[in-house]
Amino acid sequence: MLSELEACRRHPEIYIEKIREMNLPEVNLMEVCGTHTMAIAKAGIRQMLPANIRLLSGPGCPVCVTPAELIDEVLKLAARPDVIIATYGDMIRVPGSVRGRSLAAMRAKGSRVKVVYSPIDAVELAKNNPDSEVVFLGVGFETTAPGTAACVQAAAAEGLTNFTVFPMLKTVEPALRALIADPGFNVQGFLCPGHVAVIIGEAGFRFLPEEFRIPAVIAGFEPEDILLSVYVLCRQIKEGCPRMENEYTRAVSPEGNPLALAVMDRFLKAESDLWRGLGEIPGGALMLRDEYAAFDARKRFHIQYEAHEDKSGCRCGDVIQGKLAPAACPLFGKACTPADPFGPCMVSSEGTCAAAFKYQEV
Amino acid sequence: MCLAIPLKITSINGPDAVGERDGIRRKIRVDFIKEPKVGDYVIVHAGFAIERLRKEQAEADIAAAREVENALRA
Ligand code: SF4
Repeated sequence: MLSELEACRRHPEIYIEKIREMNLPEVNLMEVCGTHTMAIAKAGIRQMLPANIRLLSGPGCPVCVTPAELIDEVLKLAARPDVIIATYGDMIRVPGSVRGRSLAAMRAKGSRVKVVYSPIDAVELAKNNPDSEVVFLGVGFETTAPGTAACVQAAAAEGLTNFTVFPMLKTVEPALRALIADPGFNVQGFLCPGHVAVIIGEAGFRFLPEEFRIPAVIAGFEPEDILLSVYVLCRQIKEGCPRMENEYTRAVSPEGNPLALAVMDRFLKAESDLWRGLGEIPGGALMLRDEYAAFDARKRFHIQYEAHEDKSGCRCGDVIQGKLAPAACPLFGKACTPADPFGPCMVSSEGTCAAAFKYQEV
Repeated sequence: MCLAIPLKITSINGPDAVGERDGIRRKIRVDFIKEPKVGDYVIVHAGFAIERLRKEQAEADIAAAREVENALRA
């Protein structure tokens, strides 16, 4: 596949032509990774492809799949004077269920909200602020989960009693299963997220062709990686022979990263939790194991919440399932812009609405 | 936040290390890399090296990462 990548780097137009010549019926291909969403929009790959090949964005942006209900709980914590919220930057402008309420808005009014680059920085923050409760917002997929687990390990080793993780980690496979089970499911191939695959390996995505006969390719992040991966999916569709192909072999092994998987497994376990747009997904979340309850913000602060209807008019839930193109949302670009976002799909730099807005993919 | 970048390890101290490229220097953790060595290229996500990259591939990926980062920052 590497030499094919070289060939595609040199002559991408040949690959576009090959895709055109296959003369496929209309096919929908879905990527499930925020970095893919951005790379596709930036390189204008949608516009390069023949009209019968449609690229949809799935639930690949961790901020975007975090439900408003959980953001509301985080905002309640942020209101406590004894709490410092430590978070990746993407989370701070995500509104909860009340428009205008976000961590950024609360910080402006005096709440202590710190943006960290790595969960380890949050552990440091706890060490340096022994009189405060540091709550790290553990969002992300399998790429982020091992680091989050390693932080709990670090906090436990340091004997910290003022550090907790608010677990909001998600796993990709159960979400894909939920999408596939939807009666309206209409996707003929998946571009699997390369950096999730670094952790879980080719093994983590084999169920797509093996159980569901859906073509799957693990894709890297250069425009040529993505174009080649689209070609690979089209070829599988043409041949009627769905399988798992790994285009990103330079980083992804068949079985993933065993050291990262071991740390994840030691500290985290699969449970159900709410996803924005997809509802409760059995086994779709990673929570702290009971032995580490002392580091679990949900337990420390007795977090409870119920799913409720979203009345804001934001259609992120449909957007992240590939059911609605951002431009088809009535609020897109009018009431809802990156400067004044309604929903997380417009807030996050990796959100589908933000990518479509920024690169004028309409 | 899912952005992962390739860096070259310039020093290691237990699970802590420093990764560098293009004048960016970052404290990283190498818990998940088997026998990490100075000079190794790794993909770094949220402060953790998640995989080693083969040297000949790393340069191409670094060029690509510049592109993606520029896209996200622009
Ligand atoms: S355009 Fe705005 S309101 Fe519409 S789905 Fe996207 S984020 Fe939500």
